[in-house]
Amino acid sequence: MELLAFGDTGWGDELFYATLMTIAVSITAMIIGFCFAAIFTPLKLSKNKLLNFIANSYTTVIRGVPELLVIYLFFFGGTGAVMYVASIFGYNEYIEINAFITGAFAIGIISGAYSTEVFRGAVQSIDKGQFEAANVLGLSKFGKFFKIILPQTLRLAIPNLSNVWQITLKDTSLISVTGLVEIMRQSYIAAGSTRDPLFFYSFAAVLYLLLTFVSMKLINKLEVKYSRGY
Amino acid sequence: MDFELMINSFPKLLNAAAITLKLLSVSLIIGLFIGLLFAILRLNKNIIINKFAYGYSYVFRGTPLLVQIFIIYFGLGQIEYLRTTFLWVILKEPYWCAIIAFALNTGAYTSEILRSAFQTIKPGIIEAGQSLGISSKIIFYKIQIPIAIRQSLPAYGNEIILMMKGTSLASTVTIMDLTGVAKYIISTTFKPIEVFIVAGGIYLFMTFLIHNVIKFLEKKYNFN
Repeated sequence: MELLAFGDTGWGDELFYATLMTIAVSITAMIIGFCFAAIFTPLKLSKNKLLNFIANSYTTVIRGVPELLVIYLFFFGGTGAVMYVASIFGYNEYIEINAFITGAFAIGIISGAYSTEVFRGAVQSIDKGQFEAANVLGLSKFGKFFKIILPQTLRLAIPNLSNVWQITLKDTSLISVTGLVEIMRQSYIAAGSTRDPLFFYSFAAVLYLLLTFVSMKLINKLEVKYSRGY
Repeated sequence: MDFELMINSFPKLLNAAAITLKLLSVSLIIGLFIGLLFAILRLNKNIIINKFAYGYSYVFRGTPLLVQIFIIYFGLGQIEYLRTTFLWVILKEPYWCAIIAFALNTGAYTSEILRSAFQTIKPGIIEAGQSLGISSKIIFYKIQIPIAIRQSLPAYGNEIILMMKGTSLASTVTIMDLTGVAKYIISTTFKPIEVFIVAGGIYLFMTFLIHNVIKFLEKKYNFN
């Protein structure tokens, strides 16, 4: 137990901050994923073949390639890509990208592919009559989207989004390979310096279980709140 | 774009893909047995057995696969007693540690898939078997299991693809699978995009194959 003490003698405070880091990365990645989903869901539903193809290749490639490979691409390729863009604007100094941003972006792109599929499914399962009724009422395109489609999409999407959240939360353990100090990385450091890997990795597992357990409880509450209409 | 690098690295990555497939198939076979066992335990009416099976699947589905591999590979070696038993022959090999972790992980997901498949079997089918005088053992093996397997094919196909992506984590415990070799080439040449295209292409091709095999099986065993 003294291994988990707070302060200089134990790893308690380090692991606590690492847990906060995991939560921060997961939430950031989830938000980035929503941004991607907001772009790609309309493309997926559009009647234009080219736009369709772009959105389909995004979701197929990301969901068919291991997360670790995507993270390596961003970890090794991110700096190069940013420096290339900067050099176009005439800035030639070395740019170091923060591990948090790289990690959150890589996980965000992965989570975005799953979110896109969830939102597409939700929009498609809205009753056709709803669209027609909105048209009959003479709502503008804007009003139709924000007042009719979006609220129903969100309601239908929440149960599946909770799965996406779980996947995202667990995927953040992979960005420990880039050196960002989250639960996994901190356990690795602690295990290395105390030579007690069994304890620290098991403790990491408990922390992840706790995170999934608590977040599922919260999401269930949300689900109850938003499914009131039925 | 460095096309020469792409062409040169292709055979190396293809060899590594064979290791990925080996890891995948061995852990899927073991995982299927674990999954079937725990699905049956989940349906048991004894509350302790039931809760134990639920706890197993909850823990393995609620923690990242990376943690599971690290516990088995780095953690178990710490127990002095284990080092003296015959189990150590298996546990000192990263290859087997990875397979144990993958099998336990996919076993947890498979048990959930099979459990829900068992529960959606219409009671009428079992009652029909009983009224024909078939023993409950034969009803289970000849009626419930085949129907459950057929029911769970689509979900199991997704699980195979998720597991194939999961095997990439073997590279974190020194196994040179497809991701491991890709990372090695990236870190020696600093050409991440080219290597990603080739390695990702191989992964996508495998996903495509698995997807189509499952689709074919679904069509074949669909008697609705």
